[in-house]
Amino acid sequence: MNTVQILFFFLSVLAIFSAVMVLFSKSPVHSVLWLIAVFFAISGHYILLNAQFLAIVNLIVYAGAIMVLFLFVIMLMNLNANAEPKKYWWMKFAGVISGGCFLVVLVSLVQQATELTGKQALVKEGNIGLIKNLGKVLFSDFVLPFEISSVLFLSAMVGAVVIGKKD
Amino acid sequence: MPIQYYIYFCLALFSIGIIGVLTRRNAIIVFMCIELMLNAVNLLLVAFSKLHHGTALAIDPATTVGTDGQLFVFFIMVVAAAEVSVGLAIIVMMYRNTHSVDINFLNRLKN
Amino acid sequence: MSKIAFLVPLFPLVGFLINGLGRKYLSKTAIGVIGSGVIFCSFVTSCILFQQVCNESCNEQTFHAVVTLFNFIKVDAFTIPFAFQIDQLSVLFLLIITGIGFLIHLYSTAYMKEEESHHFGRYFAYLNLFVFSMLLLVMGANYVIMFIGWEGVGLCSYLLIGYWFKNNQYNYAAKKAFIMNRIGDLGFLLAVFWILFKLGTVNYGDVFSNVAKLSAFDIAAITMLLFVGAMGKSAQIPLYTWLPDAMAGPTPVSALIHAATMVTAGIYMIARSNILFTLAPSTQAIITIVGLATAVFAATIALKQNDIKKVLAYSTVSQLGYMFLGLGVGAYTGAVFHVFTHAFFKALLFLGAGSVIHAMHHEQDIRKMGNLKKYMPITHITFLLGCLAIAGIPPFSGFFSKDEILAAVFTKNPIYYYIAVGGALMTAFYMFRLYTLTFLGQFRGTSEQEHHLHESPYSMTIPLIVLAILSVIAGFIGIPEIFAPDSHWLEHFLAPIFKESTKLAAVHHVDHSQEYLMMGSVTGLVILMILIALILYKKYTIKEDETSWGIGKLLTNKWYIDELYNAIIVNPMNAFAGFCKNTIEKNGIDGIVNGVGKLVSYSSRQLRLLQSGQVASYLLIMILSIVVFFLIWFNDLTIIRFLNNIF
Repeated sequence: MNTVQILFFFLSVLAIFSAVMVLFSKSPVHSVLWLIAVFFAISGHYILLNAQFLAIVNLIVYAGAIMVLFLFVIMLMNLNANAEPKKYWWMKFAGVISGGCFLVVLVSLVQQATELTGKQALVKEGNIGLIKNLGKVLFSDFVLPFEISSVLFLSAMVGAVVIGKKD
Repeated sequence: MPIQYYIYFCLALFSIGIIGVLTRRNAIIVFMCIELMLNAVNLLLVAFSKLHHGTALAIDPATTVGTDGQLFVFFIMVVAAAEVSVGLAIIVMMYRNTHSVDINFLNRLKN
Repeated sequence: MSKIAFLVPLFPLVGFLINGLGRKYLSKTAIGVIGSGVIFCSFVTSCILFQQVCNESCNEQTFHAVVTLFNFIKVDAFTIPFAFQIDQLSVLFLLIITGIGFLIHLYSTAYMKEEESHHFGRYFAYLNLFVFSMLLLVMGANYVIMFIGWEGVGLCSYLLIGYWFKNNQYNYAAKKAFIMNRIGDLGFLLAVFWILFKLGTVNYGDVFSNVAKLSAFDIAAITMLLFVGAMGKSAQIPLYTWLPDAMAGPTPVSALIHAATMVTAGIYMIARSNILFTLAPSTQAIITIVGLATAVFAATIALKQNDIKKVLAYSTVSQLGYMFLGLGVGAYTGAVFHVFTHAFFKALLFLGAGSVIHAMHHEQDIRKMGNLKKYMPITHITFLLGCLAIAGIPPFSGFFSKDEILAAVFTKNPIYYYIAVGGALMTAFYMFRLYTLTFLGQFRGTSEQEHHLHESPYSMTIPLIVLAILSVIAGFIGIPEIFAPDSHWLEHFLAPIFKESTKLAAVHHVDHSQEYLMMGSVTGLVILMILIALILYKKYTIKEDETSWGIGKLLTNKWYIDELYNAIIVNPMNAFAGFCKNTIEKNGIDGIVNGVGKLVSYSSRQLRLLQSGQVASYLLIMILSIVVFFLIWFNDLTIIRFLNNIF
């Protein structure tokens, strides 16, 4: 087992463990912190895939901005572990069972997909994930969606203000 | 790395997100689980982009195949950021009205 | 040749449609003219047909004109044509039905004068439909067409008996007639099915020529079932009680039911199927006994009835009994002969009774009449002639026909003969009791009634006169052998119809001296009975505390037959119906119906819970649906293999 594989499994286990902990944490603040851990693990995966730009954006946007926003809101509401009401046990059970079924079904599908056997994702190599290459494409072929996304941000901003305004 | 590993990993993350959405009642946790599912999809997109890039690279060293996938991830992040801002605003407003973030209060669809 | 046959039933049908649809717009005169006119047209057509049949039969050919109009039912190789059979038997009945029917229609125009215009139209529409149904019954060339007519007369009798529908008592009588007929109809229907099942055809010609294919049991069963049908329609024991109650209808209707249509249907049907009955001696024996019992039984009841129409009704039942007696012993000609003569004098008697009732302002109790001969000479004379005819005084028509039946009975079984003669004597007695109480002695009604007594208008007396003449002379178409050899015209005329039966079982003739003796003694006894009745009731005065005892009471109450039927059939049926209504209906049927409703509303209430409004549950369902979708969509074998791998 080479370093890449070790790193892959380490990051995967870290991500899944953190994700599970997101679910099981009583306190929302802990959940947010575990989620940040998940995002860091995923960023590690991006780096492993040599998608440096996305790794950085993921850390800045998700782990930085979004999760801080979450934390901010939680603290604003002063939520703690007891804030959440108990859910019916059968509802939890059903949720876990259906999620498990979903996983099993999809995994079995992937298993039987002969097109995927022997296919490798390029790790460590390939330079498309570099900022230079992505930036070229982004500002040439994808410039229109990029500009439209600014409009999206504007409208989201206005929407957030309107919704959050005290009335 | 074999592509299946990435798929299994992403499916696991996605399923955990689903289970979280189904089992938790705290709106913020539910929201976080949705983010988790988005990230799983993002990772899968990048993995597939690298898969295609790898196969194309073997033929043409100067190829840019797979750039689209990574840009898609970029746009997903953009949309997710916008979504989170609006979604959190909604949760704040909901908390202000009901003093709870229990999504079971949001059962207006019943009527 | 017989192309005009379809016109005979068509005329009354047209009359029915015009009168039925236009009853609100036509004047009474127009309704009367249309109603009677169409029957007269039918009568003329029937006469033409009769003439044709006569010509043909004079040529010594078997005359069988089957006129097929169209195919009524056609399934694969099996066909039931809508066909009319014109032969000696049906043409004779056509004459009776349309001829007497016309007179009754004519009479009705005066009798029903006081009805409102649209009720008048309804009455004539029903009357026309009645005649139409009866014509269909008689003319049909197969049992199915006969059954249509058979049901039609049942329906029309219901409508006409309940014509004055505002009186509930009359409605009950109508229902009783209908239901009793239905019992008989069931037998008839079963017989038709049986024939259809065994022979695959219901056409008379085919059935009668293929009769050898039937086993003895089949014939016995078919004839028995046919006889059950005849019992209902022709009011034989045990299904006779509807006929006296049918007096609820207007009097001309009673005349129509009793004389021309309806009750003769059973006789006609058996005469038509004579070959079947000849081959079933057991059924014949039953018919003989039932006919004899009915004849005597009804006569005893008639002895003590005080309602003028009831007496006549029971006399009809009794006379029908004689006809069945004749059929039972194989004297088909005699039975048809008696139908023929009976049609005249019974129509005469009923119309005479109607005339009396009309004059007495709907008073029907003969104890409150008397001395009407002073006020109503024509009615009196014609009624007397009718009484003489039914009593069997030579040379009136009733004598010949009744004598022929009695002679045939004597050859079969002398004991039956003596009983039948007893019935005939009773007939003479009660008819003259009726006559004496009505027309002779003192008037016993109120003075107001006496003041209004009057002879009926011409449109009522003319039919009476015509019928009286016919009642007197009708017997001469069947003069017995002993008076003038080879003079029995009717027997020759009908011979082709009964040819097969005569071949199988020839009617034995009594030797002449014996027959003279029988005729003489019976006539003498009848005259004696008439005298007794005259003497007994001449001085009759109404007694307030008239209580009868013993047999008299039994007879006044009609042997308590209605009460017996109520006790053993009607009440248990009512109790059963009540049980069905209260227990089965409420708990069972309603339970099922309400249960279905409750199940639906309960399950929808449960289903509604799925729409909890909670996003999580919606998501749960969505995820499960995706799982199921994948499971169905993809090759499930690999999934099972995978599950095997991991577990």
